[in-house]
Amino acid sequence: MSLLDYFRSSKPKTAPLAKERLQILVAHERKFRNQPSYLPQLQKELLDVIRKYVNVDQDAISVNFEQDDNQETLELNIVLPDYQHTNKTINS
Amino acid sequence: MARIIVVTSGKGGVGKTTTSAAIAMGLAKRGHKTAVIDFDVGLRNLDLILGCERRVVYDFINVINGEASLNQALIRDKNCNLLYILPASQTRDKDALTQEGVGKVLDELSKDFEYIVCDSPAGIEKGANLALYFADDAFVVTNPEISSVRDSDRMLGILSSKSRRAERNEEPIKEYLLLTRYDPDRVKLGEMLSLEDVQEILSLDLLGIIPESKSVLSASNAGMPVILDEKSEAGQAYADVVARYLGEKLPHRFIDGKQGFLRRLFGGRK
Repeated sequence: MSLLDYFRSSKPKTAPLAKERLQILVAHERKFRNQPSYLPQLQKELLDVIRKYVNVDQDAISVNFEQDDNQETLELNIVLPDYQHTNKTINS
Repeated sequence: MARIIVVTSGKGGVGKTTTSAAIAMGLAKRGHKTAVIDFDVGLRNLDLILGCERRVVYDFINVINGEASLNQALIRDKNCNLLYILPASQTRDKDALTQEGVGKVLDELSKDFEYIVCDSPAGIEKGANLALYFADDAFVVTNPEISSVRDSDRMLGILSSKSRRAERNEEPIKEYLLLTRYDPDRVKLGEMLSLEDVQEILSLDLLGIIPESKSVLSASNAGMPVILDEKSEAGQAYADVVARYLGEKLPHRFIDGKQGFLRRLFGGRK
């Protein structure tokens, strides 16, 4: 800190911004940390299978992997398009 | 059996080698026979920080390949006869390091030494992975800066999943935080992440705060670990780190800048 800094008292504080960005980022990255490496491939193949029957978008499928102390859960969520777009249904 | 310490961070330039040299010297100074190994194959620098670059004959890779014995490769420190340095190879590439080879060298060192300090290279590739694989304790060196904290968090994930202890389902590596290049004045001004901010994200056992200090560069210029500069704040901070690691309860220092008005005015910092 130098003499000049004494006269520039109203500098914006950036540390809180850094902390906020970090908290969001780290929480996001930790979610993916322990996921099995086959997950993206699984998601792609599931999408291919489902598309044989229903016309769904890439982002209509979400695969969530969660882990706690005694179990691992793989959660698969498929959002089907509006009924009139297809006459087939599928249960996930 | 030796206790194996890895000094790691993910990010480069945060002070891993400075820390490795300082704590290895600190442990040896306190009477513990200590070896410090440079895992940064191709970019060795620990020899410079410890001032033994002209005494390197054989290196870590020579020992792994059986081209030299451990005793031929180990360099005894000029300041402390309980400290030995195993330099990295400057000419080979990283593939020369193998898990089996590193394991053998560590086993052999374990018979004779109390502490083995592994100075990890930056990144998360082979050298870094092998430096932490056999560790019992990890010193996670972090700067109060977003990319460093993020990389440290990533490193924590690797420590808990890719180490020998993790693979064998043994007690996990004990992880400690070393917050380096800390500037309390800038923290006060809201320009730098505070210790609390970093701890809120990493929540590790704090071994010490190393304040930003000109003496670190002076020490590396002279090839002398900064812990030997007992007058400097960084040297004292590292001495505290070693004492805490060995079980002493010391209050943390260098969290608040206690600088006089004149020193602040002219920006001086020892």
